[in-house]
Amino acid sequence: MKQEVKPSQTKDKSAANIPPLARAVEQMPPSGIRRFFDIAARMEGVVSLGVGEPDFVTPWAVREAAIFSLERGATTYTSNYGLIELRRAIAAHLRSLYKVEYNPESEIVVTVGVSEGLDLALRAILDPGDAVLVPEPAYVSYKPCVTLAGGVPVPVPTLAENKFRPTVEQLEKACTDTTKAVLLGFPSNPTGSTIPRAELQPIVDFAVRRNLFLISDEIYDRLVYEGAHTCVAALPGARERTILLNGFSKAYAMTGWRVGYACAPEHVLTAIVKIHAYTALCAPITGQKAALEALAHGEQSVQEMVQQYNQRRRLIVQGLNEIGLPCHMPDGAFYAFPSIEPTGLTAEEFAERLLFEEKVAVVPGTAFGAGGEGHIRCSYATSISNIETALLRIQRFVTKLNKSR
Amino acid sequence: MEKNDQELLSILYRDARTSHDQIARMTGRKAEDVRADIERLEKSGIIKHYKTIVDWEKAGVEKVTAFINVKVTPARDVGFDDLARRVYRFSEVKSVYLVSGDADLRVVVEADTLRHLGQFVAEKLSTINGVIGTTTHFMLKKYKEDDDIFVDAEEDNRLVVTP
Repeated sequence: MKQEVKPSQTKDKSAANIPPLARAVEQMPPSGIRRFFDIAARMEGVVSLGVGEPDFVTPWAVREAAIFSLERGATTYTSNYGLIELRRAIAAHLRSLYKVEYNPESEIVVTVGVSEGLDLALRAILDPGDAVLVPEPAYVSYKPCVTLAGGVPVPVPTLAENKFRPTVEQLEKACTDTTKAVLLGFPSNPTGSTIPRAELQPIVDFAVRRNLFLISDEIYDRLVYEGAHTCVAALPGARERTILLNGFSKAYAMTGWRVGYACAPEHVLTAIVKIHAYTALCAPITGQKAALEALAHGEQSVQEMVQQYNQRRRLIVQGLNEIGLPCHMPDGAFYAFPSIEPTGLTAEEFAERLLFEEKVAVVPGTAFGAGGEGHIRCSYATSISNIETALLRIQRFVTKLNKSR
Repeated sequence: MEKNDQELLSILYRDARTSHDQIARMTGRKAEDVRADIERLEKSGIIKHYKTIVDWEKAGVEKVTAFINVKVTPARDVGFDDLARRVYRFSEVKSVYLVSGDADLRVVVEADTLRHLGQFVAEKLSTINGVIGTTTHFMLKKYKEDDDIFVDAEEDNRLVVTP
């Protein structure tokens, strides 16, 4: 397991004679998730609601297709853009789901997960000092990726009352002359919130008015339980300034394959591919072959997984509310984001004590930035019986807290 | 089939012991509606009954299982049904299917000993009027049955906490 470099370590005697590390990295705080992982990984009998990936294994047909491709000797580089068959399949997929058109020849690139796609998108559009609005709570990588790309992340706290959806007023307030882009991630990790079309359009209009890029991470687009997902790029006025990021990890339970994609108008995508070609060259071919099979024949698996997530979602949200941890009904992804404010503890305290006293792992909302305080992220990408055990333990923990107050 | 029914059945198929209350929570419906639906599905025979998946080998109970392909001459008017009935009434017979291909009936037979099973095939099954041949395949190892895997269970390899 790699250890993160802490500033103090670089001042060790052993490091005395080597040059210092990059300031941007030295000053970057370690991920708030990391600490919990280190503790939880060493404990026995932990029930984890802390996992940010599906508990399903990649459907066998997809794995089998990848194995077959290896047998056939598909072990080479692909085009920088990715396999053309896969890009065509992605274009057809987006067209059929969202009626949004991307030219597979020049407007789609296959990336090493959305993680790489996000990094590329930011590096392609940011000059040093350019600001990016990041509605929070948000995925842990957003702010560090902006910083590493030379930009300045500007957190825009959202409100629990508004289901953690950003409003134009909030964005407008944070917007300055140096603002270059808005980074959206809906359905959201960690809140499970989605943004309906009617609330998304004003954000697009705002981006048009202030001439900003929209980077939209839609990795959870298929895991939506109420209403339909709205693809940002499909909204009037959005396409020309949107970089759409998506992938296969969540919908097809393919996290470990590291395959995602970025779509953008040709001149933006050309810039993205320029960086991708120099840094990653191409996404791994085996993963691309697997992704192709997932798009061709994976729909039934998606539907089955969505139905099961939906059942667990209702179970956990009702359970948390009954325990006295108010939780809005998340419309997407696989996270519940209850408030722990009634307990009087901070998110960090709650998560840490819950782990030590009841062996349930959750992630404190503060790991996801401003607006996450007072909340914990509970992933329901785990079995029904694990959810039930976890709920029982959380209930015992909260009851104990209430008694001692 | 109605979507509610289908979801209800798939939940019970995964775990027949899921309570009405639990199913109601999982599907966002009222517990009494779920109860009524289950009763209706039971009465109509869509839900036949509930039982337990047992790993007999692990329990140390000896059983011999064979898959037998049976070739028959169908009788006028009643076709294969009459013959199938004669076969499935034996308690040794666990399943009977009419299949395409070389054989007509695919029969799964279970007994406590090899001798008992052999006796059953020779004396009971083969002698039924209309049976013109059998091919017996003994089961050597059970990997998966009705969605349940009976060998090395796949573990959850995920890290405990991830972003």
